[in-house]
Amino acid sequence: MPLLVLQRLVSTIPVLLVVAVVVFLMLRVSGDPAAIIAGDTATSAQIEAVRQAFGFDRPIWEQFLAWIGQVLQGDLGESLFTGLPVTTLIAQRIEPTLMLALTTIVFSVLVAVPLGVLAAWRSGTWIDRAVMVFAVLGFSVPVFVLGYGFMYVFSIELRLLPVQGYTSPFEDFGAFAQGIILPTLTLSCIYVALIARITRASVLETLNEDYIRTARAKGQVERTVLFRHALRNAAVPIVTVIGLGVALLIGGVVVTESVFNIPGLGRLVVDAITRRDYPIIQGLILFFALIYVVLNLMIDLAYTMLDPRIRY
Amino acid sequence: MTFKLTRRDLLAGAAATAGMSALPFGMGRARAAPSGILRVIPHASLTILDPVATTGYIVRNHGYLIYDTLFAQDANLEVKPQMASGVEISDDNLTYRISLRDGLAWHDGSPVTAEDCALSLIRWGQVDGMGRRLFSYMESCTHDGTDTIVLKLKNPYGLVLQSIGKLSTNVPFMMPKRMAEKPTSERLTAEEQMGSGPFRFVASEFRPGARVVYERNPDYVPRDEPASNAAGGKVVHLEGVEWINFPDPNTQLNALMTGEVDYWEQVPADLAPIVAGMPGVQIANFNPLGNMGMARFNSLVGASANPGVRKAIVRALDQTALLQAAVGSPDYYKECYSVFPCDTTFANDADASFIQEPDLEEAKRLLAESGYDGEPFVVLATTDIPVQTNYIQVIVDTMRRMGINVDAQAMDWATVLQRRASKNPIEDGGWNMFVTWWEGADLLDPVVQFAMSAAGETAWVGWAEDQVIEGLRTEFAEAGSLDDQKEIARQIQSRFFEQNFHAVLGQFFTPTGYRDNVSGILEAPPFFWNIQKS
Repeated sequence: MPLLVLQRLVSTIPVLLVVAVVVFLMLRVSGDPAAIIAGDTATSAQIEAVRQAFGFDRPIWEQFLAWIGQVLQGDLGESLFTGLPVTTLIAQRIEPTLMLALTTIVFSVLVAVPLGVLAAWRSGTWIDRAVMVFAVLGFSVPVFVLGYGFMYVFSIELRLLPVQGYTSPFEDFGAFAQGIILPTLTLSCIYVALIARITRASVLETLNEDYIRTARAKGQVERTVLFRHALRNAAVPIVTVIGLGVALLIGGVVVTESVFNIPGLGRLVVDAITRRDYPIIQGLILFFALIYVVLNLMIDLAYTMLDPRIRY
Repeated sequence: MTFKLTRRDLLAGAAATAGMSALPFGMGRARAAPSGILRVIPHASLTILDPVATTGYIVRNHGYLIYDTLFAQDANLEVKPQMASGVEISDDNLTYRISLRDGLAWHDGSPVTAEDCALSLIRWGQVDGMGRRLFSYMESCTHDGTDTIVLKLKNPYGLVLQSIGKLSTNVPFMMPKRMAEKPTSERLTAEEQMGSGPFRFVASEFRPGARVVYERNPDYVPRDEPASNAAGGKVVHLEGVEWINFPDPNTQLNALMTGEVDYWEQVPADLAPIVAGMPGVQIANFNPLGNMGMARFNSLVGASANPGVRKAIVRALDQTALLQAAVGSPDYYKECYSVFPCDTTFANDADASFIQEPDLEEAKRLLAESGYDGEPFVVLATTDIPVQTNYIQVIVDTMRRMGINVDAQAMDWATVLQRRASKNPIEDGGWNMFVTWWEGADLLDPVVQFAMSAAGETAWVGWAEDQVIEGLRTEFAEAGSLDDQKEIARQIQSRFFEQNFHAVLGQFFTPTGYRDNVSGILEAPPFFWNIQKS
């Protein structure tokens, strides 16, 4: 196992290097942000001065080597506009995104797995069809429509929850809870739908296995059959989907963060793209890639715990 | 297995919903903005923190909160002393001795000195268009002791106080020596932010793109005169101001409706009727100068380098149609057929009929006379700023009906900013036109109006070059009387409608939405002194 972890960690290096090269080149193809930094009334000479001050006039390979050298020392550079280190900006913004991802995935799993098991157990009944209709709706309705809908009902009409904003749970848990409910509900719909479908399909498959019939023949209660035998053996694809869902959530909460005005990583990267703040874009994409790779590794390790037959 | 939904279940669900309001952590009501703190939705994100080195209006607004100015314009656009207690002008109009009033201090408690201010002026004079012109007349900008700034000119210049008291970007804000000595190509960081203004910047709370926090400067000594625009006593009634950045206009609207924010700086025109109908909310226009839409031509390359083509396009553009598309409600726009904002000192009607009565047929004739041969005309078509996008659609349609081979290239505003800096030929990524707008305060006269510069290389993008206009701008700056200046402004307008370095697209206004408990809002740019929140 330790060897596997070490091998997988080493294998992330070329992945991250490829990501770094591609991102760096794609950004440079679109020109440099000297004119944006210099301001609206800047003369050509002033734009050129900015270009030189930030090193945009140097050859691309030279700029890349300088940046990658920084990265290897753990320095993702500084924002071209604020001058703040990218690592500081990530540190400022990661908590809201992580909290939203955490609440979403916990809520989704708590709701979706029982729903999926229920649908599989009562396959072909109205319960199964209702769960599947919900799953289709969850996939189909855009996140912003759900967000505005929840906002209208719970914030505007009922005045129960705030429209927007984020408060750290470490500062004020009550305010945090108030603020996170609607974004979590909004973002969860698609994941509840996804996980419920996978759970249903996977559990349905295992329910037809011989050992399930044996368990029932031995007189085990239905709950034990479902949760100890069927769900556990169906867990590998479910865990895969949940793991990938977490990875997607980290970088994919842009719309929800925008609708509910949560200052997370999604908004940071979008703001950076609209301003052409290259160090932030590069740093964040590398960061997202790293998270993705690490989560994949964790999913692989989880397989070995869920299914003793899987060995690396 | 069956599920039953009983009446008891229904009652339990209803009780649970009602119980949300009684949960121990206070759930059950939307978060209202705290008293004493004005929660503001600004029009943009604050990222650059140097209001002298850059022109963004959001940076200017940030500047007005924490910095102060030697002179400032009041609501009548008259220049009044602000940090200055007065000014002595020599008989030959070549020496200005500006004395500082008592009690001025930086936010760290150290006194504001004349040296700080002289260095701040020098720094501003390197970047601002009006400042560069002022400093071209300057022999020296020094200090005499700790409280007198001394400006010595090479030749008399009529706009000295108008320049250092200018209202809009780049405002000559006063900074401590250590900041004023920093080259404008280097950034001022959040930790460095220190002025002598009525609010203090809270660097530890700064979240670029998300939140900016200002607290009242308890040591600020306001002037005795009543507040009027940027001039007069900057009396702060609030504990602080919090700018919260919202990426989504619908959420902005909802947050104002529920009282989670107090002040929405710029309500989009399409949402203004909804805001106007909200209980507990007011909407008003605090910027009577408004904004002027502008289609800027590249005078260096391609078809737009041909004055005949530019003239033909301007002749065809119908301001009313443009404003209807861009803004919508006539409550928030006004046709304006002058190169200066209407109802201001230098607005005039010289040759205004040229743009007041658009004529497509004559435009086609002018285009034919210009020798235009059908070459592609590249329009940098902004897609992420609705007003610009709508303007462009009407302009492009008009140009196509004239017979121009328009290549409207869709892109976001950041890409427009990148692309428009290019002087390359069209086939190498060059461009012919983009659309933008300026606040009226930036267009008040031919010198403050940087877009009017026709100095070629040092002019605004588009690089207009015309010796006649530049000569008239110099005459304007040196004119001895207001009447002379008005006459020169008319001549400039006439000449401009021959050259057409940009097309004037009318005037529009962005109202401010605010809660009922907010009062004392001054005219724009948004100032946060004088505001009270009950």
